[in-house]
This record gives sequence, C-alpha cells and structure tokens, in this order.
Amino acid sequence: MLKHIMSLMLVVMLMMTMSWAQEEAVSDSVPQAVPISPPTNVRAFDTPYDNGHSITLEWDLSADDPDGKGRVLSYRILRSDMPDGPFVDRGVAIPAGEHKHNDKGVKESDNENYFPKGKDFYYKVVAVSADGESESAIVGPVHSAGQFFNRGLSAVAIACLIFTVLTIYFIRKARRGAELYIRPLAGIDAVDEAIGRATEMGKPILYIMGLGTAADIATIASFTILGRVAKKVAEYQTSLIVPCYDPIVMTVAQETVKTGYYDAGRPDAYNEDDVFFLTNQQFAYVSGVNGIMVRQKPATNFYLGKFYAESLIMAETGNSINSIQIAGTDEVTQIPFFVVACDYTLIGEELYAASAYLGREPVLLGTLKAQDWAKACVLICIILGVLGAIAHQTWFTDLFKVIVSE
Amino acid sequence: MRKSTIIITAAIAVLFASSWILKAKFAVVSEATMSAFAQGFWVTFSAFLTLAVFSFLYKDNPFYKFAEHLYVGVSAAYWMSLGFWTTLVGNLVPRLSQGLSEFFQVPYIGFEWHFLIPLAFGFILLMRLSPRGGWISRWALAFIVGTTAGLNLPRFLSSDFISQISATFMPLLVDWQGIGHFFSNLSLTASGQFVGMLSNLVVFFGVLCGIVYFFFSKEHKGAFGLGSRFGIWILMITFGASFGYTVMGRISLLVGRLTFLLDTWLNLTV
Repeated sequence: MLKHIMSLMLVVMLMMTMSWAQEEAVSDSVPQAVPISPPTNVRAFDTPYDNGHSITLEWDLSADDPDGKGRVLSYRILRSDMPDGPFVDRGVAIPAGEHKHNDKGVKESDNENYFPKGKDFYYKVVAVSADGESESAIVGPVHSAGQFFNRGLSAVAIACLIFTVLTIYFIRKARRGAELYIRPLAGIDAVDEAIGRATEMGKPILYIMGLGTAADIATIASFTILGRVAKKVAEYQTSLIVPCYDPIVMTVAQETVKTGYYDAGRPDAYNEDDVFFLTNQQFAYVSGVNGIMVRQKPATNFYLGKFYAESLIMAETGNSINSIQIAGTDEVTQIPFFVVACDYTLIGEELYAASAYLGREPVLLGTLKAQDWAKACVLICIILGVLGAIAHQTWFTDLFKVIVSE
Repeated sequence: MRKSTIIITAAIAVLFASSWILKAKFAVVSEATMSAFAQGFWVTFSAFLTLAVFSFLYKDNPFYKFAEHLYVGVSAAYWMSLGFWTTLVGNLVPRLSQGLSEFFQVPYIGFEWHFLIPLAFGFILLMRLSPRGGWISRWALAFIVGTTAGLNLPRFLSSDFISQISATFMPLLVDWQGIGHFFSNLSLTASGQFVGMLSNLVVFFGVLCGIVYFFFSKEHKGAFGLGSRFGIWILMITFGASFGYTVMGRISLLVGRLTFLLDTWLNLTV
C-alpha cells in the first residue's frame, strides 16, 4: 500500500515538475519588444512638372512591412531645414505598404501651409509600429523648383488645341461666305418680340445680369446679349434699366450699352444712369430689383447671367406684374425656377450660343459651329471610353486623367 | 396723405412702442449683453422689418419701401466699407507702403512691386470719372474680362469638361455571375449588379442625348431629333428633382424666420 502511495506521489511530483518546466519554457518564449526595421534607401527629389512647391519622397519598405501586413502600422515624414534638426512632423500618416509621398504646400507666403521654393530641406521617414518607431537615415539637402509645363494637364492642353483649331477653321469658313445652319431657339427668337412689345406698351425693359462677376462666363455671355438688346432698344427708342450687383460688371455694362446706342446711331439717347449699381448683397439686391419691378412695371424682363437663390423671387415678382420674361443661366440648380416662372428659358449653353444667334456674325457663327464639332468629339470619346470600360481596357481612360497642381 | 394710411401708420407705431416696452421689461439681460432697453428695441425692430418684407406678398407699400431702402443702403455701405478695409487696407497697403501700414495700423509685409499693377489699374478704372479720360478705363476693363476669361478656360476644361467626360466611362455590361447574383440586390441604395447596370445605362444615354440636345448647327430631325427629345426629357427630370430639393431648403429658411417671430419676439415657444 505504502509502495503504491509512494509511486503515486512520485508520479504527481513528476507531473508537477514537468508542468512547471513547461510554463517556464512558455514564459521564456514570449517575445520582447524588438525594434522594427526602419525604411531604407530614402530618396527625396523635386516633384517634376509642378509649380515648385512640393518635394516627392520614395523609400524601400521596412523589412517588417511585407506588403502592409507586417508590424508596421504607418509611416511618418519628418522635415528640417538643417541637417542636424530639429525635425518637424509633417502631420501625415502614410498607410503601411505605401512607399511614396508628395510633401506639398501652397505658394502663398502668409499661409500656414506655405512651402518655400528653392529652400534646402532634409527629410527622415519614420516607420511606426505598436512597439515603437524606427527612423530612416537623413536624406538631403533637397529643394523644390517650378517647371514651366504641368504634364498632368496635357489632356487640357490637347483639348484647348483641338478647340482652337476647330474655331479658327470654322471662323475662316464663315468669313468666306459659307452658309452655316443654326437651328431656331424659341428663347432667342423671342428677344426682338419682347423688345417690340415694350415699345408698343411704352414701358421700360429690365435687364438683370445676376450675381456673377465679370470673370464668370455666363456674365460675359450676358454682356454680348446686352449689347444686342441695347442696340435694338436704341433703335426702337425704348428705355432700358440695368441694375447691377457688381461694380465692375456695372462699368462693363455701361460701356456695352453705350456701344449699343452708338451702333444704332443714337448716342444722344444713351443715359448712363440707366445702368447703375444697386448693392453687393444678395437679398438686398433682390429687394431693390423687386421694388423697381413693382413701381416701374417693365414690359419685359431679361434674366441673363449667373443666378443663385434670388432667381425665383425675382422671376415670380416679374410674373406677378405680367411682364414677358426671358431667362438664361448656366447655374443648374436655378434653371428649374426660371423654367416654371418665365416665358422662355435658355438652358446652360443656349445662353452662350445666344450671342451668336442674335449677331449672326461670322466670328460668332464659326465659334458655334466649332463648339458643335467639339461636342461631336466628346460623343465619340464617351462611346470609346465606355467600350474600353466594358473590355477592361484602361489606357483610353488614362488619357483623360487630369492632375491639377496649383 | 390719406386718412387710412395715417391710421395704419399710427397703429403700427403704437404696436411697435408696446412691443419695445414689453420686450425691454421681460428681457433676460446679462452683463455681457446690451441693456434691456436696447435689446427690446432691436428684437422689435427685427420683427418689424421681417413683417415689412413679408407685406410685399400682399402688395407694394410704404413699409416694404422703408425696409427695402434701408436694406439696400446699409448693405451697399457695408460692402463698400468692407472692400476698403479688406482689399485696399488689408491686401494692398501692407505690400506697398510702410508709412500707410503704420497709419492704418496693419502689419507691413514688405514691398512687392507687382502689387503696383492692380494699383495702376485701380486708378485707370477711376478715370471713368474724368469726362476727357474716360476711355482709358476701358483698358482696365479689357484686362479684367480678357484675363479672367483666359484663366477660366483651362479651369473649366479640366473640371467641367474632361473630368466629366472621363466620369462617364463606365461599363454598361456586368461580369455575368448567374441570374441569381444579377438580381440579388434590387435596393436603389445598394450596389447590386442590376441596379448598377441600370444606373450606368441611364447615365450613358442621358449624357449622350443631353449633348445631342445642345447641338445648334444641325437640324433636330429623325434619329437625331429623337435623341434630342430624350435629352431634354432627361434634363427636365433632373431639373424637377433639383427644384424639389431646393424648395425644401427654402422652406427651412422660412421656418427659421417664423421661429424668430413666434419664439424670440412673441415668446410663444415652438
């Protein structure tokens, strides 16, 4: 019996000893915090084909970052203007697995993200893991420089070139006397009718150019139409009211109307006060225009230019006084309001085309024809692009990539 | 002045004064804010101007005229003042003159010769005021219009033209993985194969026919006319959706104004 008990105790002690030994072996195998390998072979160079306010960094991934699935969580970029520091974190966390970064800033010297051109910098790339960080060797000095061409905008340059060639070709063709067909547009055909109506009623014409500045394409298109309207108004001896939102627009509008009166041979009828500045605040401008409408009761209202939230308020007021209303804008969100409240609406590009319709001059007609050919090119490109997407061919899509670098 | 106008004006004046006194009496005033007297006035005046503008819905009247002229005058003066202090004093002076910077108490950045160009163009624009030299101002106008049109061309070409063309390059057919998979997710918000393909088809034909509508130098007849009609339908459906969406935004503005009248002015908590 004692022998059995002794044997049992021996077995138990043996098992406990083995268990302790095993635990000790397990505790010995827990890895200590081993530092991760740093990124190597860091290259820093001026970003090519940009405006000179960025440096591109490339590096070989840390040995602990096999395709973003290792211990490395991310990479940080440190920069200094001295080789021995202090290095400042650039505030980016580049995901593990990536080995390129464009350290860019802006050109305005008073901006906090200013990136000076031509100044020497030194860089370090830091691999970040849960166990700590590991810095690469310092690379530098490197400085940025601007280039004349931005290769990322090649597609834009080609589009500009094609459109310019088409425009010159069709303008020359129109000047040689070729007949260029233009389909009728109700809104534009109604312009003369609306001016005639105002003349018959002995009431003024109100011309609103919207809230755009002289830089907006819609406002520039509106200037051209205003010139035609002013000429007709001068011929018919009707009065024209042009309240302006922007002082520069007012100045250009005054010149445009004046030219229209001169072209009609009636410079004496031009009154500079008919084109005036109202205010530069959106809803104050609307209230002023509405006041003019209800008090002067114009027979015709033109809303041609850039419009925002004020479009419906003005168009509804004009509708309430039974004016004939012709509107046109390239602001997609405002077109619906004009459609419901005006008699005629020029949608988007119809506004740009209106000047060619009204003038029938070879230059404008040629431009219109060139635009149509440009649209035909767009249609072909879209069809080819879609066919490429179906066939999983990306080379055609890549041609249209536009990398805008300021 | 008609008798009815005098009576209405007197009634509104009495209401205004009553509202002012009551708002001043029950105003919650802390040390940091204005006095109860001033607070009562501004709340009442805001409510009066709001109602004066709303009165235009009935017809043009002297109260609307007052609000309109006040609004136009104050805003024009404000923007003129803002333009002077932000553009001239804020941007131009610190880059051209240390003496003027000290005079206007703005930090002097340093002389930057190219800021002389806008200064010169500013003076050229002001030549309009001269009866004999007015023509010179056309140079500045030509520069503004020409430069901005030229600068806008590549910007529009990249953002509105080329980017939109490339955004239309989408596959119309899907990789066929069986009919079950094709119809597996029919929710409009989902990215199922059927909905995705339908969406791509609408975008493709919508863009194509929309462009066809904007052809001006070809008669819209036959297949071309059919495409053009489909294009204008697509445009109108888009405008309809945009209309509804924007009207909802305007309603929220109205709610904001009504909340002011009912809550801030009349203390009728809503």
